[in-house]
Amino acid sequence: MRNTLTAREAWFGNIKGDIMSGIVVALALIPEAIAFSIIAGVDPMVGLYASFIISVVIAFVGGRPGMISGATGAMALVMIELVAEHGLEYLLAATILTGFLQIVFGITKLAKLMKFIPRSVMVGFVNALAIMIFTSQLEHFAGAGWMMYAMVLGALAIIYLFPFLTKTIPSPLIAIVVITVVAVVTNTNVQTVGDMGQITKAFPPFLIPAVPFSIDTLMIIFPYSLALAIVGLVESLLTASIVDEYTDTPSNKNREANGQGIANIVTGFFGGMAGCAMIGQSVINVSSGGRGRLSSFVAGLVLIFLIVFMGDIVSQIPVAALVGVMIMVSIGTFDWGSIRTLRIIPFTDNVVMIVTVLTVIFTHNLAIGVLTGVLLSTIFFVAKISNVKVKKEMKENRMVYYFKGELFFASVTELLDDFDYDVEGAKEVIFELNQARLWDDSAVAALDKLVLKFEQQEVNVYVVGLNKSSSELNAKLSNKLSSH
Amino acid sequence: MYNKILLATDGSDHSLRTVDHAIQLAKTSDNPIIEIIYVKDMTKVKSETLNNWNQVTTSLEERFSTVEKKVKEANVSYKMKVLNGEPGPTVVEYVNKNQFDVVIVGSRGLNALQEMVLGSVSHKVAKRANCPVFIIK
Repeated sequence: MRNTLTAREAWFGNIKGDIMSGIVVALALIPEAIAFSIIAGVDPMVGLYASFIISVVIAFVGGRPGMISGATGAMALVMIELVAEHGLEYLLAATILTGFLQIVFGITKLAKLMKFIPRSVMVGFVNALAIMIFTSQLEHFAGAGWMMYAMVLGALAIIYLFPFLTKTIPSPLIAIVVITVVAVVTNTNVQTVGDMGQITKAFPPFLIPAVPFSIDTLMIIFPYSLALAIVGLVESLLTASIVDEYTDTPSNKNREANGQGIANIVTGFFGGMAGCAMIGQSVINVSSGGRGRLSSFVAGLVLIFLIVFMGDIVSQIPVAALVGVMIMVSIGTFDWGSIRTLRIIPFTDNVVMIVTVLTVIFTHNLAIGVLTGVLLSTIFFVAKISNVKVKKEMKENRMVYYFKGELFFASVTELLDDFDYDVEGAKEVIFELNQARLWDDSAVAALDKLVLKFEQQEVNVYVVGLNKSSSELNAKLSNKLSSH
Repeated sequence: MYNKILLATDGSDHSLRTVDHAIQLAKTSDNPIIEIIYVKDMTKVKSETLNNWNQVTTSLEERFSTVEKKVKEANVSYKMKVLNGEPGPTVVEYVNKNQFDVVIVGSRGLNALQEMVLGSVSHKVAKRANCPVFIIK
């Protein structure tokens, strides 16, 4: 892999491409930031400010140049309950705490460990995210007239058909403009962004969240912050890997974790909701030619200027148009390949993927889904490797037991239960362990127990073939563990 | 007779064998040039990253350098290029626009999973390229 870019290259190595792609991303960010605010149950400004602040801050402190971060669906889904029960100020406080937790994850290199999340959990994560974004849109149809359905279908038609004409302008933006014009011209009385909350035509003010600084507050926000920190890092890490792959350049994952943390702290103080990297927007950015830090910076600046100078127009956007965009986002997020490959992927991997998805749908929390998936894969893994095979064979009056597999706490119980002690009159027994490995004290204790069993019948046992680390462990612990 | 040779590669082990054949073919000509292209499908990057999650993958540069080393050792002049788009149609378009004497493609992709998702590139090229197509099995 190529070396990491110098600061100068990362900022100014691709000025023209970064400015152009930054503008495209800003235009694509606006509808999503508003729609994710609506999912979270907050004013559109909360998502817009978040997207502005996060993309500008990440431009400086992120670990993956060319990646776009902002208010996201994954994070919005986690905060719904907190907003509904405690309100915006608690969300802002939770956002700041999320940032601190992410920095801790970055410093302790925990973020790097997330690379080891199993593939099936990752696939489950994106699929669950897609399903949740989709289902969160359904409530907008409740009690809506035919105009709503027509507008959503119209928006989707434009989104998917317009790219055949040109790909220079993002088609979701065209859809928003066209549907808004239709709504204004025909003067239909559909719900608009303005109905969801006021668009403030101003830069975000610095504010300290108005929550009591107490243990109670901490107890309320901590579970949400922890979930937000995990979800944000998982999605950011996945997005960073996608951008790595796209651009064939490496990125600094721990720096990204720190950067996400700093960005969330700042956004919390400026009235924005917690955010993370965005897969869709990052793909739009790199495929529009964005490569450097400048692209994220430009995206944030253009976004806030559009809001400050054209906020009135933004508040007239029908919610139906945003629903169309969100349906597109969910279709684009879902890993359709995972459906096609269901029958060739190992059964246990499919179970992990589906359980991850179901957990998220059930708990509405992507973090719990990820943790459940990781736990389940661990259990499957342990079950898979805990099968120790023992074969016995008579060789010149000696009974030789061939052990094959991993001896550790999870595998020894079954080994002892199923052990065949019948030596058919042999006076000596050999344990051939060159295809086995002793991992822990349980393995050594189990071996001791087997040896003892034979010695009680006055049969000598010879343990042979242990590899270096196993025999060292055995020498250190053998006959010292079970005194009873 | 085959001077302008196009080699479409994905850098897989299998496609390394296509390089050998391209070199052999080039050696039968007086003034050969091998143009090596790698097609990257941007719309598939997300699903590919997910599918290869936690697996050891080689970077594009590493893959390219193995191919490059082979051609260099054989002392054949060459050009290398990365193209963006859906592999099949992109190769076809590039071939038909730049007039090659022969196109060489491998019959298999990176892995069974990707092949299932992406479909057969060699089939599309064989059907629609306007020059002889050499498919390495």
